[in-house]
Amino acid sequence: MNSINQLNQLKADAVKNFEVTDGYRIVVGMATCGISAGAKPVLEKLKEETAAKGLGDVQIVPTGCVGMCIYEPIVEVYEPGKEKVTYIHMDPDRVTRVVSEHLVKGKPVVEFTLGETEDGKLKSLDDVQFYKKQKRVVLKNCGLINPENIDDYIAIDGYQALAKVVTAMKPNEVIDLIKASGLRGRGGAGFPTGTKWSFAAANEADQKYIICNADEGDPGAFMDRSILEGDPHSVLEAMAIGGYAIGATKGFIYVRAEYPVAVRRLEIAIQQAKEKGFLGKNIFGSGFDFDIEIRLGAGAFVCGEETALIASIEGKRGMSRNKPPFPANKGLWGKPTIINNVETLANVPKIVLNGPEWFKSMGTEKSPGTKVFALGGKINNTGLVEVPMGITLREVIYDIGEGCPNGKAFKAVQTGGPSGGCITTADLDTPIDFDTLVAIGSMMGSGGMIVIDEDNCMVDIARFFLDFTVDESCGKCTPCREGTKRMLEILDKITQGKGTMEDLINLEELAENIKNTSLCALGQTAPNPVLSTMKHFRDEYEAHVVDKRCPASICRALLSYFITEDCTGCTRCVRVCPTKAITGTVKQRHTIDQEKCIKCGACMDACTFKAIIRK
Amino acid sequence: MQNDCGCNCNRTSDKRYAELKAYIDSVKDSQGISMGVLQEAQRIFGYLPLDVLKFISENIGVPIAELYGVATFYSQFSITPQGKHHIGVCLGTACYVRGAQKVLDKIVEELNIGVGETTPDGLFTIDATRCLGCCGLAPVMMIDDDVYGKLDNVDVIPAILDKYRGEVAQNE
Amino acid sequence: MSNVEKVNVTINGIAVSVPKDYTVLLAAKAAGIDIPTLCYLKDINEIAACRVCVVEVDINGVPMRNLPASCVLQVQEGMNVRTNTEKVRKAVRKNVELILANHNRECLTCRRNGTCELQKLCEELSIDDVPYDGAKRTPVLDDLSHSIVRDSSKCILCGRCISVCKNVQGIGVLDFTKRGFNTEVAPAYDFSMRDVNCVYCGQCINACPVAALREKTSIEKVWEALDDPEKFVVVQTAPAVRAALGEAFGLPVGTPVTGKMVAALRRLGFDKVFDTNFSADLTILEEGTELLTRLKEGGTLPLITSCSPGWIRFCEINYPDFLDNLSTCKSPQQMFGALVKSYYANKAGIDPKKMVCVSVMPCTAKKTEAQRPEMEVDGIRDVDIVLTTRELADMIKQARINFLALEDEDDDSILGKYTGAGVIFGTTGGVTEAALRTIADIVTGEDLQEIEYYDVRGMEGIKEATVTLPIDGKPTEIKVAVAHTTANAAKVLDAIRRGEKNYHFIEVMACPGGCVHGGGQPHVSAKARLEVNPKADRANALYSEDERQVLRKAHENPEVKALYEEFLSTPNSHVAHKYLHTHYQKKEVYCPQE
Ligand SMILES: Cc1cc2nc3c(=O)[nH]c(=O)nc-3n(C[C@H](O)[C@H](O)[C@H](O)COP(=O)(O)O)c2cc1C
Ligand code: SF4
Ligand code: SF4
Ligand code: SF4
Ligand code: SF4
Ligand code: SF4
Ligand code: SF4
Ligand code: SF4
Ligand code: SF4
Ligand code: FES
Ligand code: FES
Ligand code: FES
Ligand code: FES
Repeated sequence: MNSINQLNQLKADAVKNFEVTDGYRIVVGMATCGISAGAKPVLEKLKEETAAKGLGDVQIVPTGCVGMCIYEPIVEVYEPGKEKVTYIHMDPDRVTRVVSEHLVKGKPVVEFTLGETEDGKLKSLDDVQFYKKQKRVVLKNCGLINPENIDDYIAIDGYQALAKVVTAMKPNEVIDLIKASGLRGRGGAGFPTGTKWSFAAANEADQKYIICNADEGDPGAFMDRSILEGDPHSVLEAMAIGGYAIGATKGFIYVRAEYPVAVRRLEIAIQQAKEKGFLGKNIFGSGFDFDIEIRLGAGAFVCGEETALIASIEGKRGMSRNKPPFPANKGLWGKPTIINNVETLANVPKIVLNGPEWFKSMGTEKSPGTKVFALGGKINNTGLVEVPMGITLREVIYDIGEGCPNGKAFKAVQTGGPSGGCITTADLDTPIDFDTLVAIGSMMGSGGMIVIDEDNCMVDIARFFLDFTVDESCGKCTPCREGTKRMLEILDKITQGKGTMEDLINLEELAENIKNTSLCALGQTAPNPVLSTMKHFRDEYEAHVVDKRCPASICRALLSYFITEDCTGCTRCVRVCPTKAITGTVKQRHTIDQEKCIKCGACMDACTFKAIIRK
Repeated sequence: MQNDCGCNCNRTSDKRYAELKAYIDSVKDSQGISMGVLQEAQRIFGYLPLDVLKFISENIGVPIAELYGVATFYSQFSITPQGKHHIGVCLGTACYVRGAQKVLDKIVEELNIGVGETTPDGLFTIDATRCLGCCGLAPVMMIDDDVYGKLDNVDVIPAILDKYRGEVAQNE
Repeated sequence: MSNVEKVNVTINGIAVSVPKDYTVLLAAKAAGIDIPTLCYLKDINEIAACRVCVVEVDINGVPMRNLPASCVLQVQEGMNVRTNTEKVRKAVRKNVELILANHNRECLTCRRNGTCELQKLCEELSIDDVPYDGAKRTPVLDDLSHSIVRDSSKCILCGRCISVCKNVQGIGVLDFTKRGFNTEVAPAYDFSMRDVNCVYCGQCINACPVAALREKTSIEKVWEALDDPEKFVVVQTAPAVRAALGEAFGLPVGTPVTGKMVAALRRLGFDKVFDTNFSADLTILEEGTELLTRLKEGGTLPLITSCSPGWIRFCEINYPDFLDNLSTCKSPQQMFGALVKSYYANKAGIDPKKMVCVSVMPCTAKKTEAQRPEMEVDGIRDVDIVLTTRELADMIKQARINFLALEDEDDDSILGKYTGAGVIFGTTGGVTEAALRTIADIVTGEDLQEIEYYDVRGMEGIKEATVTLPIDGKPTEIKVAVAHTTANAAKVLDAIRRGEKNYHFIEVMACPGGCVHGGGQPHVSAKARLEVNPKADRANALYSEDERQVLRKAHENPEVKALYEEFLSTPNSHVAHKYLHTHYQKKEVYCPQE
């Protein structure tokens, strides 16, 4: 790749292919979630059927995450001059009908679509409530382009930003531009990206590195994966731009091995970018060299932490080290290193092309732009949502997510994953950005957003997160290694009905100490879920400790099983009870001896008359 | 056959060592290759036994204790043989709040082994994994490459397991 | 020092101006303020893991987030540090409590009772309760090797042993394994230290703040022998022991205590008190002759010293291609044992089978060396029991001897006399200097007066020197290298393998500084190491002993001369080979034992 002209030439060709001028372009959502839901056989069947029907001019394109998990597998059909048709919940049988009715006869199969709008048009995803308040910037290309074909990316202005930067801008101008945009890191801490770059740029060194943090360890978050699976080139392009800005010629993508699809697409993307000359030597004839290598994580949440990540790339145990020195001064192999999150990077080419003002036109003053959240848990519409910063949680949960399933009452939403906290109804109207979330006792984190309803026990939820951090602590420093374990033991005690009020004080003291003295942010934030649930749901804690009762009926040891009047005396439960706790005469109501019952729940599962309840 | 050292590993006859050596040679000039080599070794051998770590240590000059430290740090590596089928129950947050613990408990009960353990017949290994990336299907589990979602009713689990048991019976 | 850039910081209200590369810990020390530490070991382990050194800091009025660890926090202009606030006190106490909650807290029956850094810290903090009684790590007690016991129930995961073994020694026997609460420090696959690449140098023991790593003690065996009227128990003391034994009785690091040591050994009941310095002198004659012969007759060069068993094992495991370069001389400890049970036994008319040869060594590797199958002559073991300096101090305490009040005494004859050459064996460069003193005299036929070889002294890791000596009448340049720590030895050998370097003679000591800092020497706490340098201070004690000697060349030792006249005839003679020389074998490690 020697010049922008050459790129524009490529683009002109690519656009012809991308914008369907004749025949159909059929897009199949093939991110991990689509594949899990069965997209592969759908794609195969499409190929098979169209070939069988002799439909030569059909393009069948695997694409990334469309965003709406509940409708997967999703297939969208584009036709020149017509509205696209979105098919949901596809399977091979449905494909057969779609091919013969829609593709051959030109009549969309309405029953497989989202239905019709009031004015009789077919609904597209954009008509769905889920998408109405979203603003797709980072995820724009996901679900649109074929991530395994660089031409698709080029067709939609791919690598234009890189071309502009290396041919027309000085490194410090790039940094100033990013600074001006106000872009803040999407990996958790929200540190201003331009400022971070300027630190590394200021260091003289024979070698510098830029690392893309694609470890995405927050259990319940998958936005980075979706970007990598749906739009890998945007990340490569951004890394090259960042490399140019700070003076790095080498980049690493540290991606979890648990993301095989993302890894494969990245490999393909890097290969294609090298072939086209967007990576390698003398990019756009500018004299700038840049290369990217993929390194795989191996299952350690702490490796998302910068210094642990560096240790891991160096081939060591992913144990964090003290900061300072910060990686921007002393990072990978002791060289100045910048680490950026996938989503942060994915914003960069767009900012370069559209300008900082465009970026600042979205979001809030201190947190411009959009943020992708992985909305999950007890929510009707699970999936990835990209919204402008400053939207309220209420809008996300009720307008986009459409509330909790089965009419259950919303209790809280956990943001920031194991480092964050829960937010209750009281704060649902807070406009969310990096700073407001911290102010209400949680944090942005990487963007996991887990909705919790009345059926969840908050003590149990706190225990869940702590169990996670205990498991994932690197084990280096005392407070985190030993302290979180002691906290977990106390929570175990409480959920087993053996807690005391003193335990609550102990929990708080431990939490305080772990926050204050842990070496890295994993430990420093590990107590947050406990502290925030203790703050907002103290009554639930006290119910466990004082009344020996679990209000949500989750904590087994605190539950009792009872047989109601609905009992028909079928004796089924008697047969399954391991402790012979149930007695009764045939065809009469049975009873459970609470002394003997070990709360295994077997009887409840066995009773076909729903006559056994737990409380 | 015994080696000079008196142990019984069969490095010369076992082609997998040559495969691993070829990989090591291909990355030898890069920095920080331990993880990649261990990942490759885990892929080739299925786990990381002593002989393999010794072999790697000799070939890349990293102390065996350090390699072992790495191998036991990351949950992806295993130093004991793994079952033929790998069951990963997602305990990611989205799955957890939707009852993934029950799924895990059911599997533990069905197979009568603990999490991280392998059944005596070598058929299954159970692991609790983090988000598998299909939270929309929560609660989710994976057996090998197959995803099973919406496992709200755990009663379907024995039948799922039987499929994998049956497969073996057929093969044998 | 004046050209070092300084910064101004305030610590607990005290203003100090310190070099800009200081940590807050060092700056506090300069201000006379003591901050507790556990994982920190100057220049060796600076991983900031234990979090007991945390402090409250603000920089020009802006508070730092959380409580940073002072052991790694670099000072900065305008820093205001507080080490004694309620927040800090609570945090330090809590972290110590958390360590204790996962610790086998049986101080009264613990090897480190009294020298333990954790115990001391608990005392200083007046810890009177451990408010947690939850899970503990599964304890592992490995006492299969002859030298080292690993007791994970005492380990506080400070990583000091790992750093010393991996970074100082270049070996890496121990590492962190697993993670989180399950983290342990162990060899791979939890192998016993017996079966791994450990060379038993004991540097990890020296580094360990607690009793998780300790020598395998032999004190009871020695008492048994002493109490047995049938046994004739002799003792030898290595050169470096006298430079450090006094520390166990409160004397400053680097105080030589030869005379008191001898007196104490007599009071303990040893039948004869001899000195390994004697056989160190002897080693010079044997090894010097070996070198001259190889030089003249074209034997394998460089000749590499063999007196450090840590080094020998390292070579056998990692550099088997250099085994022919090793001097065939046994170490002074073993030479002594072989002679005491032959030459001496014969002269004194004692049945060697009834003799027990005890040696007191600065060294844990010597315990394993004494048990090597090669180390016997005609079925009689050279050395029966090896004690470390620490164990000897313990025996003296057990016997309730008032060590400091003892009058100096002299060793027994005839294996007790030594020259200054033998004394300096205990420090890096000492063997080389001693050898050069003798070789130079032999080849020139003169009694040279310039006997101090400063090039090979000091604590630099690898020292080189070239000496021109007339060999067969021709002035010949003899190139020597002196390496201490196994890591440095490896560097020298690697350079030779690559053909970059060439020497005639190489001295290797496995321990940093040589035996003065051997793995059996009294513990010097991390805190004390901020003030003293045990390697250099103890080495100086030996050099001063050397200077006090009338005889300072090995070949002038009258008892050694007599030994050759009466028993060995000449160096490297047939008899000498039988008793004083040995051979080496490639060693395999990490092989599962049936
Ligand atoms: C325990 C822990 C886990 C983290 N995991 C991730 C992660 O999975 N992905 C990520 O991008 N950042 C993660 N971070 C944040 C990173 O350390 C780092 O701040 C971020 O990658 C910087 O990129 P940004 O400035 O673009 O946000 C984690 C931090 C901690 C302390
Ligand atoms: S806080 Fe936890 S994860 Fe971080 S260094 Fe300490 S032990 Fe490791
Ligand atoms: S919960 Fe279990 S123990 Fe209790 S009555 Fe039901 S079956 Fe019996
Ligand atoms: S199984 Fe249900 S209906 Fe039957 S006896 Fe038991 S409680 Fe009654
Ligand atoms: S190691 Fe120290 S604190 Fe632990 S038992 Fe021994 S003396 Fe006490
Ligand atoms: S200090 Fe306390 S525990 Fe120790 S011996 Fe004295 S009384 Fe007993
Ligand atoms: S004795 Fe020496 S070689 Fe062995 S573990 Fe300790 S430091 Fe390492
Ligand atoms: S063995 Fe000793 S030095 Fe090593 S980590 Fe444990 S306590 Fe620290
Ligand atoms: S240097 Fe001395 S103390 Fe160290 S291993 Fe060698 S002989 Fe023993
Ligand atoms: S639709 Fe993409 S992750 Fe579900
Ligand atoms: S802790 Fe579980 S419901 Fe209470
Ligand atoms: S939390 Fe289970 S798949 Fe995401
Ligand atoms: S953290 Fe500073 S001494 Fe351990």
